[in-house]
Amino acid sequence: MANKKESTFVSMVLTLFLVTFIASAALGYLYELTKGPIEASKLAKQNSAIMQVVPEFDNKPGEESFQVEVDGGILKFFPAKKNGELVGTAVSTFTNNGFSGNFKIMVGFLPDGTIHNISVLEQKETPGLGDKMLKSKSDWSVQFNGKNPENFQLKVTKDDGDVDAITASTISSRAFCDAVDRAYKAYMEGGKK
Amino acid sequence: MNQWKNFSKGFFKENAVFVLFLGLCPTLGVTTSAINGLGMGLATTFVLVMSNIVVSIVKSQIPDKVRIPSFIVIIASFVTMVELVMQAYVPALFEQLGVFIPLIVVNCLILGRAEAFASKNGVVSSIIDGLGMGLGFAMALTILGGVREILGSGSIFGFKFIEGDGMLVFVLAPGAFIVLGYLIVLINKINNKTA
Amino acid sequence: MDYIIIIISAIFVNNIVLNQFFGICPFIGVSSKVETSAGMAGAVTFVMVIATIVTYLLQKYVLDAFGIAFMQTITFILVIASLVQLVEIILKKVSPALYQALGIFLPLITTNCAVLGVAILAVQKDYNLIESVVYAISNAVGFGLALIVFAGLREHMDLVNIPKGMKGVPIAFLVAGLLALAFMGFAGLV
Repeated sequence: MANKKESTFVSMVLTLFLVTFIASAALGYLYELTKGPIEASKLAKQNSAIMQVVPEFDNKPGEESFQVEVDGGILKFFPAKKNGELVGTAVSTFTNNGFSGNFKIMVGFLPDGTIHNISVLEQKETPGLGDKMLKSKSDWSVQFNGKNPENFQLKVTKDDGDVDAITASTISSRAFCDAVDRAYKAYMEGGKK
Repeated sequence: MNQWKNFSKGFFKENAVFVLFLGLCPTLGVTTSAINGLGMGLATTFVLVMSNIVVSIVKSQIPDKVRIPSFIVIIASFVTMVELVMQAYVPALFEQLGVFIPLIVVNCLILGRAEAFASKNGVVSSIIDGLGMGLGFAMALTILGGVREILGSGSIFGFKFIEGDGMLVFVLAPGAFIVLGYLIVLINKINNKTA
Repeated sequence: MDYIIIIISAIFVNNIVLNQFFGICPFIGVSSKVETSAGMAGAVTFVMVIATIVTYLLQKYVLDAFGIAFMQTITFILVIASLVQLVEIILKKVSPALYQALGIFLPLITTNCAVLGVAILAVQKDYNLIESVVYAISNAVGFGLALIVFAGLREHMDLVNIPKGMKGVPIAFLVAGLLALAFMGFAGLV
């Protein structure tokens, strides 16, 4: 049977302070320990996304990456090179108009602006509907491959564009186009380095 | 109470989810698949056992009036530990469980056991209580996740056994409530039969 | 950021209880009567909004400024626990009747995932202070809406013949599931 300790003001403050202090110290230590692996896993995820969307390369796109500020956020550009020549650029882009909020995708552009491939980075759209943008769920996003936005309107057919929307997921499809378009515009305006 | 009873009560008689109705937020929120349910269950068990241990050790040192805030800080620390370790070593699961990982700190099960058991019992008993209640919780989440995954995605632990999607409603919000409701009825029946 | 979208989304489309699964414990525990549900909703609104403001400021000017973002969980929950204590003390003086009516559920607001959840999400979504407040108020309204509607349904269920094995919590969950299904109909709003 535990004895209830006297709750004097001093003992209360001291106890809370001590408990919090020990907790913070332990966590700070663990934070330093896990910082490395956490960064590494974030980097690995990014690299695997880059590899999926641009042609074969032999440089380290992560090290040559640069950022461009657009309305509402930041786009990251990852130039992929082979033998020193630019073979493609992966652009991590976003949209805030998703059905369940914002989501991020990685678009791979060839030097002339043609879309090579697209990979979804993060999304929380509705399973069975908006999540068909994932290659693991359907081939919907393949329609963008090989198209150049110069003559391929990045809008759903409902909005007079060339993109076939996902059935019953117009909002997700529109948002996807919005993200790709954002990346394309920023790329053409000076993302080609 | 004997330690076997102490351990096993968390699985059926006093199951956190099906009988005590504690920790319902993650129960409904992450059980879209069996592996997510299991992952969350194990993470919660870790926090539960660790905080039970610490609370049981320091219980006589903490003034009565500040015991709840102190327990909360202790629990929150272990939750943060789980957050950091998961983010570093199982990033995919970490992303799947999302905001429900920090929410382990408000899982009434953990604070409840700290207050009702660990603060009044020895370390060994508290460990066993934590393990029993935690693993029972994990079992409940895995079952719920499994049922929802089988019905909603046509797969179990990631192995698909049908083409395409299942009955999607089960991996969406309504499905969580409905499956849980029926599971509670089932567990009640089992408990009544073995009473 | 369009405020209307935040509001409609938080109250209807991504309702905090019926879609995001925060606040289930009080949802099941308090919703047997409409009056207590309304009282609980009011208390939660107050704590949620103030907590979101304080945690936002702490995140921006302390956690991020000093690079100790990993202290988020501990800091946020301590803020909430203190606020709930404060609300208890104030309520005891100002409205002892309401204090009695809420009983054990008042301190339980601390463990209400909705309050901590909203505080964390507001930071994750990168809202500024005003957007965070709007988000908090909207979610609190959504919480109250779900609770009060559900309480109304449960009061009616009390008058109906329900199979023995399903009485109480199980049938409540099934009805909640139907309510969640109904709320999915709001999906097209935004």
